[in-house]
Amino acid sequence: MLGRTLREVSAALKQGQITPTELCQKCLSLIKKTKFLNAYITVSEEVALKQAEESEKRYKKGRSLGDLDGIPIAVKDNFSTSGIETTCASNMLKGYVPPYNATVVQKLLDQGAVLMGKTNLDEFAMGSGSTDGAFGPVKNPWSYSKQYREKRKQKPHGEKEDSDWLITGGSSGGSAAAVAAFTCFAALGSDTGGSTRNPAAHCGVVGFKPSYGLVSRHGLIPLVNSMDVPGILTRCVDDAAIVLGMLAGHDPKDSTTIQDPVKPFTLPTLTDVSKLCIGIPKEYLAPELSGEVRSFWSKAANLFESEGAKVIEVSLPHTSYSIVCYHVLCTSEVASNMARFDGLEYVLGDKEEEPLRTVSQNVNIGQKCHRCDINVSTEAMYAATRREGFNDVVRGRILAGNFFLLKENYENYFIKAQKVRRLIANDFVKVFNSGVDVLLTPTTLRGAAPYLEFIKEDNRTRSAEDDIFTQAVNMAGLPAVSVPVALSNLGLPIGLQFIGRAFCDQQLLKIAKWFEKQVQFPVIQLQELMDDGSSISEIEKLASVSLKH
Amino acid sequence: MWALATRLGLRSWLGWRRGFTSKADPQGSGRVTAEVIEHLERLALVDFGSQEAVARLEKAIAFADRLRAVDTDGVEPMESVLEDRCLYLRSDSVVEGNCAEELLQNAHQVVEEYFVAPPGNISLPKQDEQEPFSDN
Repeated sequence: MLGRTLREVSAALKQGQITPTELCQKCLSLIKKTKFLNAYITVSEEVALKQAEESEKRYKKGRSLGDLDGIPIAVKDNFSTSGIETTCASNMLKGYVPPYNATVVQKLLDQGAVLMGKTNLDEFAMGSGSTDGAFGPVKNPWSYSKQYREKRKQKPHGEKEDSDWLITGGSSGGSAAAVAAFTCFAALGSDTGGSTRNPAAHCGVVGFKPSYGLVSRHGLIPLVNSMDVPGILTRCVDDAAIVLGMLAGHDPKDSTTIQDPVKPFTLPTLTDVSKLCIGIPKEYLAPELSGEVRSFWSKAANLFESEGAKVIEVSLPHTSYSIVCYHVLCTSEVASNMARFDGLEYVLGDKEEEPLRTVSQNVNIGQKCHRCDINVSTEAMYAATRREGFNDVVRGRILAGNFFLLKENYENYFIKAQKVRRLIANDFVKVFNSGVDVLLTPTTLRGAAPYLEFIKEDNRTRSAEDDIFTQAVNMAGLPAVSVPVALSNLGLPIGLQFIGRAFCDQQLLKIAKWFEKQVQFPVIQLQELMDDGSSISEIEKLASVSLKH
Repeated sequence: MWALATRLGLRSWLGWRRGFTSKADPQGSGRVTAEVIEHLERLALVDFGSQEAVARLEKAIAFADRLRAVDTDGVEPMESVLEDRCLYLRSDSVVEGNCAEELLQNAHQVVEEYFVAPPGNISLPKQDEQEPFSDN
């Protein structure tokens, strides 16, 4: 049951083959079994069971709210959820319980969805590995798949270490892992530079980034206001379309949402691609691109061509500057957005914790040094709080951002980057105006890396490498989707990306759905997790050792 | 009294700044001088914390410098991808609010309906104004 699509499960609920409570309990049980993945920061068990109970009452009366009623979902922990801790995987917000729901969360709950919990991420969504959060890294479920293990020719027992586990990609790694491991049917992520599409590709799920302005950002703790969007992660394109239908639309609380009316839609099935024009951007053929991904990209292009579509090479000349431009704009907006975290309105730390000794208590009793007492001024308090609350990545970006925003640097860095952004956005406009319907590109350079490899470089370097195919899309505000294509030689998922015209999200998903049907991406074989209880403890024991790294 | 006080926190932060020596990073731009560091720390209220962080900033600046190669003559800065659309303005009528109690739930210290903070008109001590601490 848990391996089914959202649409199938919804039908099963309507037909009474399973009840919302049973479904919820199955997912909760699986969440417990897969705890070693560290995909969830908070599991909202009581809330979920209560919601499932209410859904069940509705089904019994024959008054279900729709396709999402009773469906277990998960939400990335940078969306505010009323009454449920929202941390952004940062010490700064540990213990913070928002008094309201993000609009997208509210919309899902209004449709009867059952919230399983809040998923893990890179701290404040900064990163491309889901490795830099305050609650530890997320493990890619494919590390434990039969497909991967077989290729590595490992013995199922007698493995001394679980040190070769793979990252999920980021920053919505927890959401991607939660969906890939069957603990929920859909999860919300966020996408600023590829944070939904990157982990989707690494975890073998569909990662959809809507057009900027289509889905409300109210309640999404912002990283880069001009680029952030809520993202949708599901196991198939059709499911993503169902969720999008519920979330899209104007929100009076988010003035950056467009006012055009949006109706829920059923994604039509495309049968004839011969009228389509697929663009292949030549600048995306990066030297670092792995041979395997390149080969899958090429095969995909050939597939469209063989079915009658027009496949042409196009040019996005400013591609090589987009990562630099993103770096400047992102750090600048981050410097501004992180300024609100001063430890005053959103308390840092656990209130029940024993108060940490003040600095002044470290000196001799009777020799109180006022300058080092942080109660002296708000500045001193803010500085101390922000040191405690933010990790190195966040602090690094704030400082870089502040540098670019200094009076003497503003014109040369920030304004310059904004001009380059226009050039990048115009590149896309020119290409789409020339008759191209969608662009087809890789999502990532290669398959998921082992954690120990990944951490050898710092966050900024990794982000610059990993976001290369995804972040130009955020600069232009276009819709894009990563669709899992095939397994690599190592047995790991590879995804390809489709980029559409602004606000043509439906058409983009229609094409992606056709493609998904053609490639028939294999289902992850996590048999030991689903059926056999005895071998789970083996994996758990191994996994818990390596989490202490 | 203030539970946000840190053990090492402020003291080691100020101490680090005092001990910092400006080193030219071969990969960096040499732009991050001691003055810049002090200025940024004061503006951001976030400390560098280590030589590594300074080196990282140098690299970030060097990376950003690549933008100079792009010809942006006559190009207007782009602030939003929705610049061609009219911003939505709702009518000026109160539709929600009166939730002071809820909002104050997350505050550490509250007096009546105010967040309590230490005095706000005192700047951080400058690098050369710090007093030596006695170690116990």
